[in-house]
Amino acid sequence: MRSSHSRRYISSRVLLYGSAIVLALWTLVPLYLVALAAFSTKQATFQWPKPLLPTDFSTETMEFFVNTRGVLGSVGNSVIVALLTIVASLVIGAPGGYALARFRFRGKDTVSLGLLISKMFPTAILSIPLAVAFIQLDLYDTIWGVALIHTAMALPFVVIITSGIFVGVPRDLEEAAQTLGCNRVQAFLRVVMPLALPGLAAAAIFTFVISWNEVFAATILTLRNRTLPAQVLSSLNDSPLYYRYAGGFFMIVPALIFIFLIRKYLLNLWGGVSK
Amino acid sequence: MRTKLESALPYSLLAPTLIFVTLLIVVPIFQAFLLAFQAPDGSFTLEYFQKMANDTSFRDSLKFTFLLLLFIVPAQAVLALVMALLIHTRFRGHTIFLYIFAIPLGISDLAAGIAWLSIFTERGYLNSILSQLGILETPFLFLSYQNLPAVFGTIVVAESWRATAIVMTILLAGLQVIPRDYFEAADVFGANTLKRTLYVVLPLLRPSLQAALIIRTIFAFQTFSVVLVLAGRVIPVLAGESYTWYVTNRNPNIAAAYAVLVLIFTVAATWFYLKFLQTSTAEAGYD
Repeated sequence: MRSSHSRRYISSRVLLYGSAIVLALWTLVPLYLVALAAFSTKQATFQWPKPLLPTDFSTETMEFFVNTRGVLGSVGNSVIVALLTIVASLVIGAPGGYALARFRFRGKDTVSLGLLISKMFPTAILSIPLAVAFIQLDLYDTIWGVALIHTAMALPFVVIITSGIFVGVPRDLEEAAQTLGCNRVQAFLRVVMPLALPGLAAAAIFTFVISWNEVFAATILTLRNRTLPAQVLSSLNDSPLYYRYAGGFFMIVPALIFIFLIRKYLLNLWGGVSK
Repeated sequence: MRTKLESALPYSLLAPTLIFVTLLIVVPIFQAFLLAFQAPDGSFTLEYFQKMANDTSFRDSLKFTFLLLLFIVPAQAVLALVMALLIHTRFRGHTIFLYIFAIPLGISDLAAGIAWLSIFTERGYLNSILSQLGILETPFLFLSYQNLPAVFGTIVVAESWRATAIVMTILLAGLQVIPRDYFEAADVFGANTLKRTLYVVLPLLRPSLQAALIIRTIFAFQTFSVVLVLAGRVIPVLAGESYTWYVTNRNPNIAAAYAVLVLIFTVAATWFYLKFLQTSTAEAGYD
């Protein structure tokens, strides 16, 4: 009886770890392979059959990519746009998140629903009219224009995520600070902010990821001042395979780091059922 | 006085967000409709929609957008459900696996397409493996217009690979608010893991599942650069046509018509899920 029970336990563990490992490989193998392709020689792209181990490791392909005209500039643009997006969406959105977390007011449900809906709008329906408008406003082909639309895309996420973070900061602490002589602003800055900071950092990182990865609007809204995805996409048809592999790998690296940094907050990003 | 100020506070905190959303989301959507339905003289016109419908790629883009959705969304739901249920058992080391499963969350469809391009291209890794195993002698052209079902399959694989992570995080968040008592009760009544999953977990997970399906369906209508990387314009999709009409053909009106069409499908799909799965967004409450 006992031994059959433990055998069942062992076989269920094997099944559990077995499926987890298979699914992990499914996720990791494509990342390994594109990294392998990005760190091979240019000739290796056309070699057949290809080795599956890094036997001819080389930085030639990556160097070619980084030194291609426009690439470094586009990386710079991507970083600046993402930073502008972080600052703008936190400055604009975090107070809104705080309001949703701390106050009961008329129209609150409508606001929440509106934010939820604005997460869903197709990028195309925003980018095409904005491209037309930006030409008239002299914002076309500028990093400011791209940062504006990225902020619009990130804002609903930031408000919803930050409101989740502020809900997690006990209201009692804030009230205690106020009874001890802080005014509302001081209580917020000295008590709420320090406690909310890790969550806000996670929201900032997620905003970076949204902006860094955004392809459609960035390509529509720029011509020369490309972001990295826009640069890679617009040169897709006339770039060699190894250029694309290097570009793909280059875009993936931040994801590996940032998802690791915000791993604790992953479940808040797309939002689970909150109680 | 004090209370008046207090009651105005949430509105003033939300004001910047509402103004920004109005200027950069509400107004552009309004303008998109103008671009799509307004003739140069200001009158209402269906000319752009007619031109769109008469375009040679229109029917194909419609067909492939829906076909992709039909394959990708269920594939993601199943894969993500397995991942979420595995992680939820909290086995030793589950946090590492959660991180690995979540990595694609930070990867764009463009980069995901490129990763799978290195696998599916003519002299790519899949053909290399198949040849080393002795299954193939010459490379199989997965991405050639001559093998349309294969091209389609590569897009389904790449997009399922990327976006399963989003569905998984939503489902996992949903699993975590199911009280442990339900699992224990099922155990007490002698349910095995499969029965417990089917009869206890899945019904309770419905709001999250619904939220995940809505989000993924909506984004499936926007599938674009992964298709461009793997198939070029061999497989046209609605968002890709909108992009091409704007960038290549310099016609914002027809591009806007495609965008409006995507929006209409988005709204229709959301309505369908809410009606069909019969829970309100408030219940789903994915905020």
